Parts: sequence; structure tokens; C-alpha cells
Amino acid sequence: MFLASPKKLRSFGIIGMNQRNFGLISRYNPRHLYPLVDDKLKTKLLAQQAGITVPKLLGTLHYQHDVKLLKEILHPYDQFVIKPVKGSGGKGILVITQHDHNLYFKPSGDAIQLADIERHVSNILSGLHSLGGKPDSVMIESLIQLDPVFSDYSYEGIPDIRIIVFRGYPIMAMLRLTTHASDGKANLHQGAVGVGIDIGTGGALHAVQFGETVLHHPDTRKTFSELAIPHWDKLLQLAAACYEMTGLGYLGADLVLDRDQGPMIIELNARPGLSIQVANYAGLAPRVAVIEALKAIDPNPQTRVTFSKTQFSAAAKPHTPRLQHTRCDDPR
Amino acid sequence: MHANLRFYLLVILVMGLGVGLILYKHFILGFPLLPDDKTPVWTIEAKIDFSARGGPVVVSFALPPETPDIVIIKEDFASPDYGFSQLTSPSGRRAQWSKRAVKGAQTTYYRLSLYETDQITSSIAADLPSEPEKPEFDEVLNTAAITLLDQVRNRSANTEIFTRELITALNSKVPSQNQSLLLSERSSDDYKTHLIINLLAMEGISARIVRGLYLEDGRRRQSLTNFVEVYIGGQWLLFNQNSGIHGKPENFLIWQRGDESLLDVVGGKNSQISFSIIKNFQSTRNLVVRDSMSKQAGIIDFSIYSLPIEQQNAFKMILLLPIGALIVVIMRLLIGLRTSGTFMPILIALALIQTTLLTGIVIFLTVVGTGLLIRSYLSRLNLLFVARISAVIIVVIVIMASISIISNKLGLDQALTVTFFPMIILSWTIERMSVLWEEDGPREVLIQGGGSLLTAVIAYLFMSNRTIEYLSFNFPELMLVNLAFILLLGQYTGYRLSELYRFHSLERRNVSGKS
Repeated sequence: MFLASPKKLRSFGIIGMNQRNFGLISRYNPRHLYPLVDDKLKTKLLAQQAGITVPKLLGTLHYQHDVKLLKEILHPYDQFVIKPVKGSGGKGILVITQHDHNLYFKPSGDAIQLADIERHVSNILSGLHSLGGKPDSVMIESLIQLDPVFSDYSYEGIPDIRIIVFRGYPIMAMLRLTTHASDGKANLHQGAVGVGIDIGTGGALHAVQFGETVLHHPDTRKTFSELAIPHWDKLLQLAAACYEMTGLGYLGADLVLDRDQGPMIIELNARPGLSIQVANYAGLAPRVAVIEALKAIDPNPQTRVTFSKTQFSAAAKPHTPRLQHTRCDDPR
Repeated sequence: MHANLRFYLLVILVMGLGVGLILYKHFILGFPLLPDDKTPVWTIEAKIDFSARGGPVVVSFALPPETPDIVIIKEDFASPDYGFSQLTSPSGRRAQWSKRAVKGAQTTYYRLSLYETDQITSSIAADLPSEPEKPEFDEVLNTAAITLLDQVRNRSANTEIFTRELITALNSKVPSQNQSLLLSERSSDDYKTHLIINLLAMEGISARIVRGLYLEDGRRRQSLTNFVEVYIGGQWLLFNQNSGIHGKPENFLIWQRGDESLLDVVGGKNSQISFSIIKNFQSTRNLVVRDSMSKQAGIIDFSIYSLPIEQQNAFKMILLLPIGALIVVIMRLLIGLRTSGTFMPILIALALIQTTLLTGIVIFLTVVGTGLLIRSYLSRLNLLFVARISAVIIVVIVIMASISIISNKLGLDQALTVTFFPMIILSWTIERMSVLWEEDGPREVLIQGGGSLLTAVIAYLFMSNRTIEYLSFNFPELMLVNLAFILLLGQYTGYRLSELYRFHSLERRNVSGKS
């Protein structure tokens, strides 16, 4: 059968788009907080104030005539990332890993010229990648250095770690590995591999590509069973701290491990997708129910992480069905 | 839970209001629920001929009464150079033509269009009978009458049966002596009617003459038929004077009640009146709208019907949009189809209505396909975004013009409808598709483009349905029902059909995990 029975999906606690939009996003994410995460410059500023490590900002461009300055800004750097400030879903991100004379090289090895970068920047400023096509700004960040632990699991790109933080508690995590098919991007629907990560240990649980189970990386052939993410506690704490930082109750934190600077946050998302459930082979609903059943939110991210690690570890006993009913089902 | 209750109350309220208004319009105002509903409309022409003596002429003619069971659409009074007025007296309406001096053959016309409604005539309270006047027969007739009445009285139990028996006895095939005395074979209809009324009066029963017209299509030179109306038990009952059958026959128009003359001609002679009847069918909806407008029923008077025709036509289109919106909501929330632009499919569907389905799809694919080709060249030109989309708009217009001109030369008239496609929307579609192609590859373009087109086609199939088009325009209250559905769908938190596929691998794993 190509279709799952809705009854079974519900019994596994899988949350669908409608339930996510209705029961999680519109219930726990107040609209006025969206700009904090939709505008990556604001997020970066907030994170820095909160003492969270973020990639270094090399420069920003706000107006079309700033494009002329691009050459000057880029001059000192060989490696950088150009991003639309209000982009979504990884759109419009240009990664340059090498600069040689007049040529700039993408991770794939393709060479482009300054004029191409200028056009890309100009497109971003015109709002090509922003939500609703509104005029946008451009930010240029330092390139993240691939941590050697991932070198066997990554193809032409930097893997990132998506952690779903619900009311300050990390409830599910996934590692997104770049592949040849995904063109070096950590985007699942473009062909990146999603690896479900055990909240308790940071170890790999299960991996999918294009919605189907894979046992090893399609390009490097390395099996996932040996994969374990280092600095796992630190990553969870960074993610958990984003709740205080933004106030968003249902949040997707995208983190990376930098070879030199360790864990850092690259992006926050107020509408995190649901593929993480496929990568984990588990539904979000039971975990959401556990957090919703709590009387109070612990103000200390450290304590919350400890709670999550014991509750949502793969080793922990499965949750009683009583808890499967989430408030997402309840009307407001 | 409290908020929940309020929400459902709102939905029920909106739904109830919509359904209630629809039922009101259907049952009380008579709006048909189907577009093809037709009502027979009778057009009756009364032709009055007479020859004038040369002096002043006054023609007075009784007109049919306005009762709730008929709706008069139109009345015409035609006569050359006559002064005309319409009078209303307690005994009914009359038309009056007049002229100072005229000689020779004259003709005047009265034309009437009407249709019958289902409404039952409620007897008018003021319509009380006068005390029956005892007739004065000569001795022979009087004896015959009394004998006949005695016989009939013996055979009947109440007034109704008495009336029927009396009429039957008078019409008997083998007349007794008494009957022959009262009613010879040569007696006119009018004489018979008055005889019945007089006989009833001798019994103390009030009765009156009713003249009416049998409505039959294509009849000419018809005259009015006499009926007898008898006052029994507080209401008037109609009896056929030839058969004694009680009740108004079908397709029978009561023209005049009471003893007043049908036609009076002062200053003329040899006056004659003849009726011709034509039946035709008209859309029930048009008749009802016209009738409601003239009665100033609030719901119709303050409705789209009160707008000029041009605006009404615009609304015909606009009122279809909610249907399209409902389709989009269903496709996105229940099916989970991805479309390029939320409501772009509705606009495409609107264009399809103008172009017809197949032509429309071919044109759409041609324009978008060609646009994408040219757009891929534009993206190499290093243009600013706004300039680029503007360029795409011009490209789209050029493509549309080319399609029109080429197809015109080839004699393909259908392709001329290309102008109905919204240019700006097409340009945006091309721009989005092109960006999608560059970023996510052709597969995503096919998924979203296909999803948009599929939604558009389904929306088109609904919006172009004659019945739906008719209902949405004539029952704008349907929008409330639609709104209630959309509100309900807005609270749907279950899985989308596409998610059952998206998560299907989870089911396998979980099942095997358990076993």
C-alpha cells in the first residue's frame, strides 16, 4: 500500500501539517515574535546578546547601490556564505569555498565570477527569495568549517542539526547530511539524508533519503550506525536556550558544529517541518503531550535538557498511551 | 471547550442563516432550485368588435380580478385614438375606452399575460353574499320549479349535494316535463345560469354567476364559460353548470364574478367579444424575480437583481469565486496538493470558463512553456528583479498576441480567447516556476505546476456547471453555507491525503517493530 491508514498514524502520534499549523504553530508561536526568527540578522543579534555562538558576520548589504561595495567587502575573504536575511527553506544561500584571482569556487567546484555573485546579491535585494517577495537584505557570513567527525558523512557541504524545541524542551532531533543529490544543501526534499538522533545520547537512530530508509550515506557509503554527535549536551542546551531568547513555543533550531568554534546556531525556524518524524521513525505527538502535561516550564535550560534526555531517550520506556492525546487536538 | 462551543454555534448560525434564506426563497418566493425549471405563461387576447353609430362611444369591459393564485405579468390595452382609463369598483376592475365621435366598424384589444402559482386562494372576508332575491316566475313555471326543487331536496342531505343534484337534474339526458318547461333545448348558457341561481334563491341559497375562460394553447375565437358559485358554509364554491362538478377546473381563468355585464358599449351596436389564447414557457426564475421585484419583497429588492444588468453579469462571475475558494481549501487542507500561488488556480479556472477546457489548457501550457524558455534567457541578462518580472509581463503579452494573430490566420477561432487569461498572474507563474526550476529542479516545477493545473481544472468543472452557476447567482446565500464549510475545514487537524503517502514508511516500520 502506498497510503498509510490515518488511524495507525494517529496511534503512532504522527502530527500532520494541519495539526501542526493549528495546534502547535498558531497556539504556541505568537505572530509578533516571527520577525525575530524570520529576520536572520535579528536572530544573530539576539543570539549574540544571549551569549550563544553564531557564525561571524562579515558584512551586510541593504540597497541595490550597495552591490558596488561587494567587491570591497569580499576582498579580504577567501571563504564566505551569502544569505538572504529573510530567506526561507535554505533558498538563496550561496557558499564560496575558494577564491582565486577573479574566480570564486562553489563547494561543487563550479567557478563563478564576481559579476555572478553581484547578480545573486541583487536578486536577493529585490526579494526573490524572501517571503512574499518583499525587498530583502543580504548578509555575508564566515564559512563554517566541517568538523572532522562528519567528514565521512558529508558530501560538498556542511551537515546541520535540527532540534525541535517545544516550550523550551528539546523533544526531537535530526542530523541533515548533504549529498550529491542535494547539491551540497542540507535540505531534505532536495535529497539530503535525514538522520534521526537520540535525544538521550546524540547517537544515530535511523536515516532516510527521499522518505525511504537508508543504511549508509549514498555518496560516502559510510554506515550510520557508528555515527554519534559530539558536544551533544552543549547542542541541546543551545537549542533549549532559544526558547528564552525568542519566546516561541514551537521552534526549530538549526545548529552546526564548527571545527574551530564548536557548536553554534545558524538559524531558527518558527514553522519547522515534519520530516523529522520520518527520520526518527517516531511521532511528535506523544512528546508534545509529555511537555504539555507539565505544570510549569523550568526556567533553567540545563534542567530542561536533563528532563528531555531522560524522557525522550531511545532507551526510555515507551510512553503510556494516556499521554498520546495532545492539546493540539483540542480546539482553542 | 467554551470557545469550542462558541465556534460551532457560529458555524451553525451561519449555516442556518444560509439554508434558511435558501428555503425561504424556494418555498415562499417560489425560486426554483434548478435552472431549467419552466412555468407555462398564458397570453390571452380579448378582441372587442362593434360598429359605432357616429356619436360618442364608451366601451366598458370587465377585467379579470387580481387573485393570489395568478400573477399578471403584463396587460396591454390597444385601440386607435381612444381615450382609455382603468376603473376599480367593488365588483371588479373594468377597462373603459371612449371617443367623442366615431362611425363604422371598430376594434379594441386587451392583452394579458399571466401564470398560475401554487398559492391557494383564501376567500376574502368582505366577499359576503347578498340576501337571495326570490325570483318571480309565472304560475306554470313556478309550479314546475317547486316540484323540481321538492324532488331534488328529497335526494340531498346538504346544500352542496342539493346544488349538485339540482344541476344534474336540469342537465338530465331524459328530461322530465318540469325540466322541459324550465329549460328548453334552445336556451342560452346565460339563461341556464340564471335559472340555476333563481332556483337556488327559491331555496334561500345565495349564488352568483362566474364567467371564466378555459386556457388551452392555440385557441382562437373562444368565449367565456359560465359557472355558478354558491355560498355554502361561509365560503364560495364553484360548480360547473353543465355537470354539477364542484371545484375550479385546471387551467381555468376566472374572468368575472357577479351579475355585472362583461361588456357595455354605449353608442355602438353588434358588439362582439372573442378571446384567443397562446401558451408559452418562460424560465420560472425570471418570472419569480420580476414578480418579487414588483412586490418589493425586501430580500429581492435589496439584492443583486436590483443592479444594472452589466453589474449583474459581473457578479455572476464573482459569486463563483467562493466555489473556487472552497475547492482550493479542500485541495490544500484535505488532499494536500501543492499549488504555485494559493489562489492562482481560481484565476486560471475563471479563464478556462471563458476559453473552454481543452483550448484553455493548451493555451496555458503554450504561454507558460514559451514564457519559461524566454525567461531562462532573461535570467542570463543579469536584470534587477522588478525589471525582470516586468519584462516577463511584456513577453507574456507578446506571446498572447502572437497566439491570437497566428490562430486567427489559421482560422482557429477558439485560440482568440487567449486574452481572457490574466496576464499578471501568468507572468508571476512563469517567474515563480522559473525560480523553482533553478532552485529545486524540474521535478518540483512539475509537481507544483501539475497541482495548480489540476486544482484549476477541478475548480473549473465545478464553476462551469450550469446548476452550480445558477445556484450561486440566484441563491447568494449559498456563500454563507460555503463559509460555514470553510470555517469547519479551517479547524480540521487530521492528516492530509498526501501525508498518508508521506508517512507511509512509518507505518511499515512500526508494524514490523511490534511483531
